[in-house]
Amino acid sequence: MTVALSIVVDGIAYGMILFMISVGLSVTMGLMRIVNLAHGGFALLGGACAHVLTMRYGMPFVPALAASVIAVIVIAIPLERLVYRHIYRFSELEQVLATIGIVFVMIATVNLFLGSTLLTIRMPPEVSLPVNLGFKVLPLHRIIVIVVGLLMVTGLYLLVERTRFGIYLRAAVDNQNTAASLGIDTPKVYLAAFALGAGLAAVGGILGAELLPIEAYYPLRYMVLFLTVVTVGGMGSIVGSFIAALSLGILDTAGRYLLPDVGTIFFFLAIIALLALRPNGLLVRPS
Amino acid sequence: MIRISTIDIVRTSLGGTGKLLPVAILITCAFAAFWLFPYDLGFLTQMLIMMVFVVSFDLILGYAGVATLGHAAMYGCGAYAAGLFAIHASPDPLLGLAVGAVIGALIAFFSGLLLMRAHGLSLLMLSIAITMVLQEIASKARDVTGGADGLTGISMTPILGVFEFDFIGKTAFWYAFSVLFIILVVLRVLVASPFGLALRGIKDSPSRMRAIGTPVYWRKVTAYVIGGTIAGIAGALSAQITSLVSVEAFNFALSADVMVMLILGGAGRLYGALIGTLVFMTVRHVAASIDPFNWLFVIGFMLLAVVFFLPDGLISLPRRVAGMIGARK
Repeated sequence: MTVALSIVVDGIAYGMILFMISVGLSVTMGLMRIVNLAHGGFALLGGACAHVLTMRYGMPFVPALAASVIAVIVIAIPLERLVYRHIYRFSELEQVLATIGIVFVMIATVNLFLGSTLLTIRMPPEVSLPVNLGFKVLPLHRIIVIVVGLLMVTGLYLLVERTRFGIYLRAAVDNQNTAASLGIDTPKVYLAAFALGAGLAAVGGILGAELLPIEAYYPLRYMVLFLTVVTVGGMGSIVGSFIAALSLGILDTAGRYLLPDVGTIFFFLAIIALLALRPNGLLVRPS
Repeated sequence: MIRISTIDIVRTSLGGTGKLLPVAILITCAFAAFWLFPYDLGFLTQMLIMMVFVVSFDLILGYAGVATLGHAAMYGCGAYAAGLFAIHASPDPLLGLAVGAVIGALIAFFSGLLLMRAHGLSLLMLSIAITMVLQEIASKARDVTGGADGLTGISMTPILGVFEFDFIGKTAFWYAFSVLFIILVVLRVLVASPFGLALRGIKDSPSRMRAIGTPVYWRKVTAYVIGGTIAGIAGALSAQITSLVSVEAFNFALSADVMVMLILGGAGRLYGALIGTLVFMTVRHVAASIDPFNWLFVIGFMLLAVVFFLPDGLISLPRRVAGMIGARK
C-alpha cells in the first residue's frame, strides 16, 4: 500500500516536471502543428540565461526566472519572423530537419559562450527543505512544481478554449486562409503562440533543471522525452499532454520501483503498445 | 519549389550512357582517395560504412517516403550479431556479414509490421521507441553484449581466405568499398524495377497506388526489410572493421545523423546519399579537428541552407545552377 502510494506521489511529481518541460512543445507542436525539435533549445537558452544571472550576477531566483523567460521570448520573436514563418509551410520531414539545424546552432552558441559543463541554477535554499505530507516527505521544490504545473494546465486550457485568442489560434491552425479572410491577423496569432511556446519552454527548462540538468547538449539529450509526452498526449490537446505526462511519470516511476533492472525497457514497450493502439495519442480519436 | 517529375528520374536512371558514368566516377574517387589520403584510411573506411548505412535509409525514406528516426535499430543489431558471431561461431568476415544481414532483416520485418501501419509523428516516435528498447536490452544484457563497456575481442580471418586485415587498414578500405559497390549495383537494379516504381508511386500518392491494386502496406514492409538488411550489413561491417560494438550503435543521434546526411545530399537518388555522407562527415571531421566545440555551427547552418534553398539536396545543385544560367539567357 505504501509502495503504491509512493509510486503515485513520486510519479505525479515526476510527471508534473515532464509536463512543465514539454508544455511549450504541446503549444508549438500540439496546437500549431510544427514538428518543433528546437523546443529543447529554448529551454536550454532559458536555463543558460538563468545560470548566468543567478551564478555570475547573484540575482535572486524569481527575478532571474522572469528575466530569462523574457529574454527567451525576445530571442524567439525575430526568429519566428525570419525563420519559423517559412517553416510552417514545410512538410513534416523538412520541419524536422530545419528545426534540428536550429538546435545545432543553439547548442553551438551556448557552447561557445558557456562551454559544455553543467550549468547549475542557484535556487533559494528553502526549496530543498523537506515537507511532510503526513504519508510522504517531499522536497518543497517538488510541491512548487506540482502547483505551478496545475496552474499552467488550467491557465492554458482556459486560454485556448475560452478566450478570443484561443479561438483565433484554433481557427488559424485549422484553416489559415479562411481564418484570414474572416479578418483574423493570422501571422500575429502565430507569432504570439510561438512566443508563448518558447516562453513556456524556458519556464519548464528552469523549473525542471533539478531533475533534467541544463547543459549544452540538453536539447538533444531529452528530445525523445519531450516528443514522447506530446505524441502520447495527442496533437492539439493541452489536456492530453497533461494526462500523458502524469501517466508517463507514474509509469516510469512504477517501472523503476518494481522492475529496477528493466524499467526503461518496460517504459518504452508501454509507449510502443500505446501508440500501436492509439496512433493519434490518448485523447484524440483515430480519424 | 521545383521538383523533377518521377518520370524524368526514371528515364535518367534507365538511360544508356548515364548508367556507367556514375559507376566510373565512384571507382575513380575510391582510387583517388586511396592514393591521396593514405594516412586517413581509417576515416575513409568509416565513411564508406556510413555510406552503406545512409544508402539503405534512402530506399526507405527517399523511395518509399517513410520517415523514421530509428534506423540505428537494424544497424546496431547487425553489429552485435556480427560481433557475437565472430566471437562464438566463426571469424569468417563474409559469413559474419550474412549473419548481420539476416538479423537486420528479421528486426526490420518484425518492427516493420508495426511501423508501416503508422504515419507521421507516431511513426517517428514508434521507431525511436523500438530503438530505445533494443539499446536498453543491449546495455542490460551485460553477460552477452558487454553492456556499457561494449563488445570487444572480435577478430577476423582473412577475407575469402586470401586478404588479411592489415594494420593500416588497406584491406578494410577495399572490403568496405566492395560491399558498398555491390549494394549500390543491387539497389540501382531494384529501384528501376517494377517494385522500385511501385515504391515511388506509394511515396507520391498511396491512395492512388491502392486504387490501382498495389498492396501498399506489404510493399512498404518489403522495402523496410530490404533497407534493414543493408543497414544490418553496415552494422556488421563496422563491427568487423573496428573490432568493437558499443551500445552507442543504437543512439538516437546516429539515426538523426543518417537522416541529415541523406537530406543534405538529396533523397531518392542513391548517389545523393553518398554525396551527403561525404560532405557531412568531411565537414564534421575537418571542423572538429580545427575547432572541436564549434563545428555544430557549420553543420547547423548547412542544414538550414539546404532545407531552405536546396530542398532536393546537394545533388540537385548542378541542375539548379544550370537552370539559373539558362533562365538568364
